[in-house]
Amino acid sequence: MNEGRQPEDESAKLDFKSVHIDKEWKHNAPLIGCRFDPSGRFVFSTSMDQNLQRWNLEDGQKVALSGHESWLRAIGFSKDGNRAFTAGYDGRLCFWDNESQSTEPLKTIDAHHGWVRWLSVSPDGKLIATAGNDLVVRIWNSNSGDLLHELKGHQKHIYSLFFHPAGNFLASGDLEGKIHIWETNQFGKTRTLEAKALHTYHTGQKVDYGGVRCMDLSKDGTELACGGLHKGTNPFAGVQEPLVVVLNWQTGDEIRTHEATQISHGILWRLHYLQDGTLMGASGGGTGGFLVFWGKEEKTDVHKFKLPNTVLDMDYAPDSLTVAAAHHDGRLTLSRLTEKA
Amino acid sequence: MKAKYACQSLSHTIARRDFLGALGAAGAIAGMNSIPAFQSQLLAAQVAAKKKRVLTVFLSGGASQLETWDPKPGTLNGGPFRAIPTSVPGVHISELLPLSAQHMHRMALIRSVNTAESDHGRSRYRIERGHKKSPTADYPHLGALVAKTTELDKSTLPGHIHVSSGSGSRGSNAAYLGPKYSSITVGTSGGLRNSQLPGGMTATLNDARQSFRRMANEQFLQRRRTAETDAYLQSFEQAEQLMQERDLFDVSKEPSKLLEEYGDHDLGKQCLLARRLVEHGISYVQVSHSNYDTHAENFNFHIEQLGEFDQAFSALITDLDRRGLLDSTLVLVLTEFGRTPKINNRYGRDHWGRGFSIAMAGCGLQHGGVIGAMSDDGMQIKDREVNQADLFHTYLEALGIDPTAEFDIGGRMIPIADPTGQAIEELLA
Repeated sequence: MNEGRQPEDESAKLDFKSVHIDKEWKHNAPLIGCRFDPSGRFVFSTSMDQNLQRWNLEDGQKVALSGHESWLRAIGFSKDGNRAFTAGYDGRLCFWDNESQSTEPLKTIDAHHGWVRWLSVSPDGKLIATAGNDLVVRIWNSNSGDLLHELKGHQKHIYSLFFHPAGNFLASGDLEGKIHIWETNQFGKTRTLEAKALHTYHTGQKVDYGGVRCMDLSKDGTELACGGLHKGTNPFAGVQEPLVVVLNWQTGDEIRTHEATQISHGILWRLHYLQDGTLMGASGGGTGGFLVFWGKEEKTDVHKFKLPNTVLDMDYAPDSLTVAAAHHDGRLTLSRLTEKA
Repeated sequence: MKAKYACQSLSHTIARRDFLGALGAAGAIAGMNSIPAFQSQLLAAQVAAKKKRVLTVFLSGGASQLETWDPKPGTLNGGPFRAIPTSVPGVHISELLPLSAQHMHRMALIRSVNTAESDHGRSRYRIERGHKKSPTADYPHLGALVAKTTELDKSTLPGHIHVSSGSGSRGSNAAYLGPKYSSITVGTSGGLRNSQLPGGMTATLNDARQSFRRMANEQFLQRRRTAETDAYLQSFEQAEQLMQERDLFDVSKEPSKLLEEYGDHDLGKQCLLARRLVEHGISYVQVSHSNYDTHAENFNFHIEQLGEFDQAFSALITDLDRRGLLDSTLVLVLTEFGRTPKINNRYGRDHWGRGFSIAMAGCGLQHGGVIGAMSDDGMQIKDREVNQADLFHTYLEALGIDPTAEFDIGGRMIPIADPTGQAIEELLA
């Protein structure tokens, strides 16, 4: 078992206003997803060439892994980081051995009809949840790959999943801004929260637009932050602004919203609460790629960091100080939330 | 101001004769000049024995060829969707069209259309009119052309109808063929709007006032006849005809099961109404599906839009076939242009007129045929490039109309189709 990676420099302290790019690596196709493995050894990215890349964080060496027949953006890991799980727009769920040199999956499961947009692993590592365009959330045994439960109830495509850190609830968010909360004993639906501001039906273009693109829970467990977009005045042209809707986890009441100033064309692809309670989002779109930071009391951002290219995914490392971003130009950037050394 | 085709225009004369004849007012034109030879009359006679029709589904905004008829799975430009087999061995289309795939043996694809234009308006003009837009000449919409060349003597309804989800309107897209052949746009919700007599107006009273109107018009026309007055009168007569056949426009008359097959959305209703209209003998019916102009989130939106299209189109082909109409109906799936093979940084594709796809089904075609090919990255046409003029020649030949014939417009001979084009012979039955 690998231990979680600790900060290299014990004296390094979280200081998001000093965020800077520490490293950047390049793939030869646009990147669309990224995740750190919990052991701190690797960062994984996914790309429009339908591959998964495993980057060694020590030296930037890349291994390309092939097993999907479409794009994939959903990545998760076993608790020890020895296995990776991916799900793709081909509907497949793949298991990978991070200890092996093999570039092919250990196991491949036809998990859904249509795209799988998100995958989440339970905090104890025993369950994998996948969300499909077939409007179903499926729960899998992370060891055997057996299908354990099917969760139905969404009327529109499911965009994101989130396991509560206590392991007793799973949240699934959809295009309409609905978030179903499922208890994890029998996986019955307990309630539905709504982040309505994240959904638009554009009458001129006749399309549903927006959705709960990402979620994270505040460190005290009281607030669920849901990210996406609003002000979609011209969805087909990508004219929309990033938005966070913060809901009371218990009651579902909307507590506040967070907006991003001066980003007129952006979508929030990922949210993370930092160790100090600051909320960090990754916005990508026509205005460019940004890391955006919000304090708990502020409606608008308290800091923004412009990345070198638009961003399509982001992840927060186990060291709590490093951020990976997947860029359309093939770059994978690793930014540090500390003062420059 | 008089229109350029006014009074002396032969097409104008024909149009006028038709509706006045329908009113029993043949005497009104008895003293006029005799009608010179008119090739389109002959052309219409060619198809009169078995009237051909055209039903167009227009994917507005520019549907992606890669997400529809010409997938490139596994390539950098291919996007996330896979290709699926169709009912024709060896022919694959996007997995977003599983129902349409089952009809490929009734269809034909052209994967190498080049309009050399990536502006919405100008490219749509080329696709719908078969010519480049010119500041010195206007050309009729395909619907006007078909309505004109397949017209039967006793037409009781307009021959060129566009179906929309909105309210009704009258187009101005017949150019030199005259306003009779301009499109009438009808909506699908609640049948034909404003087509009932107003409260308190009995049929007898209405007949009396219409007779009075006609009498006054005839007197006026003996002294002051122009293209504008003719168009104005024709609007009245056509409105009368539409009112008499208002039930034709009410899709709720169809069995609920059939409505379900077409889909509970605007496009489903539009396609069902289109089927009712072609079944009734309307020469040209066009429905539009909006919208595919997906500069951002191309893939999400194509899932959404093509889900509707696939259901409605499949139901339409099934329905036409079941009713024996597919043998006499040319079905076109058009779009003003395709979308860039290269995916932009918003998951979007931009405008691309230099190599995209259209689909056809129905009469006059080699079914199962696929014409043209793009390079693996979708950027270059590598086989059998065709343009809008070639397409028009192909449509007309599929309808049994000679595309090299000419209209005589007031003594000026105008080719029916752009003479620079050539039919795609290998696609024709």
